[in-house]
Amino acid sequence: MTLLITIFAAVICTVIWYKTAPKNEMKVGILCWMYWGASLMWFVDAIIEYAELGAEFFTPETADMINDSYLGLSVVALGLIIWLVILLVSDPKGVVRAALTNKK
Amino acid sequence: MACFLIPAAEAVITTVAAKIIKAKEEKDNGNLSLTDIKTDDTPKLTFSRKLGWLNKLLWGGSALLAFEHIWHGEVVPYFPFLTAVQEGETAAMLAEMGSAGVLMAVLITTVWLGMLGVSYIIEKRPDKASDTAEETQ
Repeated sequence: MTLLITIFAAVICTVIWYKTAPKNEMKVGILCWMYWGASLMWFVDAIIEYAELGAEFFTPETADMINDSYLGLSVVALGLIIWLVILLVSDPKGVVRAALTNKK
Repeated sequence: MACFLIPAAEAVITTVAAKIIKAKEEKDNGNLSLTDIKTDDTPKLTFSRKLGWLNKLLWGGSALLAFEHIWHGEVVPYFPFLTAVQEGETAAMLAEMGSAGVLMAVLITTVWLGMLGVSYIIEKRPDKASDTAEETQ
């Protein structure tokens, strides 16, 4: 489930990136790289697990599935937080700078 | 256990390499801070920028996998930071790093090489806009 959720996040971010390209003011590309990188790594984990468990890999226990989904959503949330921090620090639109220097 | 350390180590190496290559590219281009070099009116990405794709894949993936390891209690915020080492399972941890970790690094590098191939083909391909303009003339 963690792999699946991360892949969905990566695909959604890639579609958003493509739709807004070449402007990329929101730096969505960062999210794409992060989620695709993690997806590829978890894909290796999945292959190794499949090699060990066989068909049982596709029928996980409900508790494991819930825990994995919870982890997957947490990973997506962490990715979004990292992206937000990078976006605000780099401030490509100058919004943060304008807000901080506005003396009114 | 600690498989993400292998891609993270690769990320450190490629980040340093990208910085060195970028400095060299800027020096070769007369200290101009070029990110893209244009030849024959076709935009060409520099190698340091392409290496940046690999860096982002490796760093991003390693960061999220590190979180997963913290989630599962395999990485702890105190010395020796890895529960496998604490519990005397260092050999098993190293074996996992040698199998899963190396496979992860190899897969990501292979995907990046594929991306290099695709970008090479796209850069070689004539621009669609100029093609359409030529056809209408």
